[in-house]
Amino acid sequence: MEDTLRIGGRDIPSRLLLGTGKFSSYEVMKRAIEAGDSGLVTVALRRVDASSKTENILDFIPAKCILMTNTSGARNAEEAVRIARLAGAGGAGNWIKIEVIRDQKYLLPDNLETLKATETLAKEGFIVLPYMSPDLSMARRMQDAGAAAVMPLGAPIGSNRGLKTRELVGIMVREIKVPVIVDAGLGSPSQACECMEMGCAAVLVNTAVAVAEDPVRMAAAFKEAVIAGRLAYLAGVPQERSEASASSPLTGFLHDEKHNSQ
Amino acid sequence: MILKINGKESQVEKEASLSGLIESRGLRPEGLVIEHNGRIVPREIWREVTLSENDTLEIISFVGGG
Repeated sequence: MEDTLRIGGRDIPSRLLLGTGKFSSYEVMKRAIEAGDSGLVTVALRRVDASSKTENILDFIPAKCILMTNTSGARNAEEAVRIARLAGAGGAGNWIKIEVIRDQKYLLPDNLETLKATETLAKEGFIVLPYMSPDLSMARRMQDAGAAAVMPLGAPIGSNRGLKTRELVGIMVREIKVPVIVDAGLGSPSQACECMEMGCAAVLVNTAVAVAEDPVRMAAAFKEAVIAGRLAYLAGVPQERSEASASSPLTGFLHDEKHNSQ
Repeated sequence: MILKINGKESQVEKEASLSGLIESRGLRPEGLVIEHNGRIVPREIWREVTLSENDTLEIISFVGGG
């Protein structure tokens, strides 16, 4: 059965999206992207300084991957828009993950500024994927403003705590037409699988892969988990029940009825 | 002359061109993005841009990020 993730008019070959931060080297990052079979990866823009690597990260990203620049470091919509335009000029294409953060303790996004940046950049022709706190009204506004997908957080960035926002993300999955992608907080493949089982279109993972003892193997594990979760969603995950429901027939037991207690 | 490069005041040779500055700092031009006085400068015209006293430059590149 055809089941391809489509965002911004492009088919994305895999539902595991990977961030490229925190890897021990670009070479390890490259092998992890390949092992995870990721269809889209994120990068960031930073000032060049004496400690900057001489290698160009873009040389290590497989050609089949869509490149999406994040606006990390932006504290308001204007700064996010500026970063997006710089990314475009730098040859990174027009895919932008809007990330506007003012809270340094929890790194939670500012939804209002994110919405403003989404409006501006979508009008300029960027494919905009806003990173947001899960909220149905805001997600609707982002969608109306031209967001190609919405990316609610599962838990604070790098916290590895999983889908703590499950109820709110579930509502978004049911009500929002553009793809809902859980971004941030996923620390293990089972957590990614949970997102996929409940109908999320994709997950974006970085820390859990990059800081694993073996990032390449962990990327492969996330890949399998995402596929399993997606298959389960398509197959129809049955509802939870509070009482038992026997799997084996309740007739033809090898004992007399009168001895059957309860 | 003094320029503000990436938020820091820096001494630069007079009438340096943008591409000359990149070269003198040992930076590989591939992957760099440059903003000159708030405007993005397309790579094709780096050679033609002459820097002046008190100009502001942002020299940035792509790095790993989530």
